Amino acid sequence: MAAKNQTRNKIGTWVGFIFILVWCLLPVVWIMSLSLKGPGETAAGSAQFLPKSPTLQNYRDILGIGTVTPGQENTHADFLDALRNSFGIAAIATFLAVIFATLAAYAIARLDFKGKRLVLSLALAIAMFPVVALVGPLFDLWRTLGLFNTWPGLIIPYMSFTLPLAIWTLSAFFREIPWEMEQAAQVDGATSWQAFRKVIVPLAAPGVFTAAILTFFFAWNEFVLAISLTSTTASRTVPAQLSFFVGPDPFNPPYGLLAAASVVVTVPIIIIVLLFQRKIVAGLTSGAVKG
Amino acid sequence: MSTTTATAAATPPAGKKRIVMTDRSRAENRLGQRLVLPAVIVMLVVTAWPMFQALYLSLFRYRLTSPDDKEFVGLSNYGTVLTDPLFWQDTVNTVIIMVVTVGVELVIGFVFALVMHRIVFARGAIRTSILIPYGIITVVSAYAWQFAFSINNGWVNSWFDFLPWISSETNWFGSHWPAMFAIMVSEIWKTTPFMSLLLLAGLSQVSEDMIEAAEVDGATWWQRLWKVIIPNMRAAIMVAVLFRALDAFRIFDNIYVMTRGAADTESSSFLTYRQVIQQFQLGLGSALSVLLFISVLLLAALIVKLFKVDLAQARGEA
Repeated sequence: MAAKNQTRNKIGTWVGFIFILVWCLLPVVWIMSLSLKGPGETAAGSAQFLPKSPTLQNYRDILGIGTVTPGQENTHADFLDALRNSFGIAAIATFLAVIFATLAAYAIARLDFKGKRLVLSLALAIAMFPVVALVGPLFDLWRTLGLFNTWPGLIIPYMSFTLPLAIWTLSAFFREIPWEMEQAAQVDGATSWQAFRKVIVPLAAPGVFTAAILTFFFAWNEFVLAISLTSTTASRTVPAQLSFFVGPDPFNPPYGLLAAASVVVTVPIIIIVLLFQRKIVAGLTSGAVKG
Repeated sequence: MSTTTATAAATPPAGKKRIVMTDRSRAENRLGQRLVLPAVIVMLVVTAWPMFQALYLSLFRYRLTSPDDKEFVGLSNYGTVLTDPLFWQDTVNTVIIMVVTVGVELVIGFVFALVMHRIVFARGAIRTSILIPYGIITVVSAYAWQFAFSINNGWVNSWFDFLPWISSETNWFGSHWPAMFAIMVSEIWKTTPFMSLLLLAGLSQVSEDMIEAAEVDGATWWQRLWKVIIPNMRAAIMVAVLFRALDAFRIFDNIYVMTRGAADTESSSFLTYRQVIQQFQLGLGSALSVLLFISVLLLAALIVKLFKVDLAQARGEA
C-alpha cells in the first residue's frame, strides 16, 4: 500500500516536473523559433511551429550586421540605442537604489528609531502604487523641469519604485546576519574597519547582490513610464522601443524582427537567472514583494 | 559606517517603549532616521508630490494642448468619469482580469509549489526555468502570446483545432472574450512563477510533524491538504494574493501590446494612460488617476480584511 503510494507520488512529481518545464519554456522556444523564420515565411503566414528554412536575417537586421533587408536600414540603429538606454538606465537606477536601500535596511534591521514602522508602511504602499496614476502629473512636472525624455527622468522614478522591494529584501536579509561576529573579530585584534570589511561585507554582499538583481529586473522590464516619459531614442528603453517596431500595418507586424529583438533582450535575463537562480529565489521570497 | 556599526551593536528589542531616552539611544534614533532619510525622500518625490498634484489638477478643466483654458470646475471631472459607461466597462474588464488571473494562478501556482517542494532531482533546472517567465520583459511575453494566437502565424489555432470552438479561422483579437482570454493567458504565464515561489516559501514553513501526525490519524491526502497544509499557509497565501491582485489590477503592458484596447479590452490603467498621454486631458486624467488610487487602497484593505492577517506581522515573519 505504502509502496504503491510512493510510486504514485513519484509519477505525480515527474508529471509535474515536465508540466512546469513545458509551461515555462514553450513560449521562449516559440519566440526563438519565430525569430529564425524569414520575412517571406511570416508574411505569407505559416501555422508551423518550427521555421521551414531557418535564417539569421532577422538578427542581421536588428543588430545591423552584414546585409540588411531593404526598408530596415534604420531599425538596428533605433534598437541599439534602446539597448544602450536600457542598460544605462537600469544599471544607474539599480546602483543608486541599492545604496539607498542598504542604508535604510541596515537602520531598519539593526537600529531602534522612531518612525521605523512608518518607513516600512510607506515602502509597502509604494510597492502597490498604480504607476499609471502618476504618469500625468509626472509628465507635466518633468516637462517643466526639463527631465522629460532624459535618462534621469526615468532613473529617478525607477529608483522610487524599486526601493520598496530592495528595502524589504535587504532588511529581511540583514536581520539574519550574525552581527556579533564583528565584535568577536575586534576582540581578536582586528580594527573596526578590518572587522567591517573582512567579516560584515562578505556576509552582507549576497543580500545586496540579490537586491541588485531584482532591482535590475524591474528597471529592465518597466514599460508604463518608459513610453510616457520619453519621446525619442535619446532615452527610450527596450520595452518601449519594441512597441514602436510594429510598423505601419498593425495586423501584419514584422513577426521575425520582433521575435529576434525579443530574444536579444531576453538573453541577459536568462544568463542572470542561470547564474544566480538560488539567490533570486531567496530574495524574492524573503522580500515577498514584486516591483 | 564601520565605527557606528560597532557602537550600535547592542540593539534593544524593537517596539519597546522606553520612557527615559539615554544619550546612546538618542544617538541611535538620530542615526537610524538619517540612514532612512535618503530612501524616504526618493520614494516621496515621485509619489507623494505627483499624487497631490493629481488631486489638485482633477478639480480643473485642463488640457495640455490649450493650457490657458485652465478653469476650476470642482468635482465635475469626477461626475463626467463616473457617469461614463466606458469607465465602468473598463473597470469591469480590470476586475474580471484580476479575479480570473489571480484565481487561476493560485491553483496552478500551488501545484507548482507542491511539485517544487517534493522534487528531489533537478532542483536547479526547475528553479531556473521558473524564473525565466518571471524575469522576461512583459512586452516580450505579450508579443510571444500575441504571435502564438495569431491567425496567420500562430500555433494555438493549429494545435487546438480539435476543440469544437477553435479552427484555423479563429480570430482571437477580433472580439471581446477571445481577446480577453489571450491577454489573460499572457498575464497568467508570466506571473504564475512568482505566485508559486511565494507559495513554496509558505509551504516549506508548514511543519512536517503536523502533516505526519494527521497522516497517522488516518487523514487522506485531500484532508491533509485542506485541513492542515492550507490553513497553516494562510499568511503566505494572503501575501501572494495581495501582491498579485494589486499587480493584476494595474494591468497595462499586455493590453497595450496585444490589442491597444481594441475589441473593448481596455483596462482602467489603459484608459488613464490614453486620457493623459494620448489626449493630454490632464484634468480628466487626474480624476481617473485619483479614482484608480482609491480603488487600489480599497482593494488592499479588502484583501487584508478578508484574510484577517496582520500584514506587517506576516511579512516580518517571512
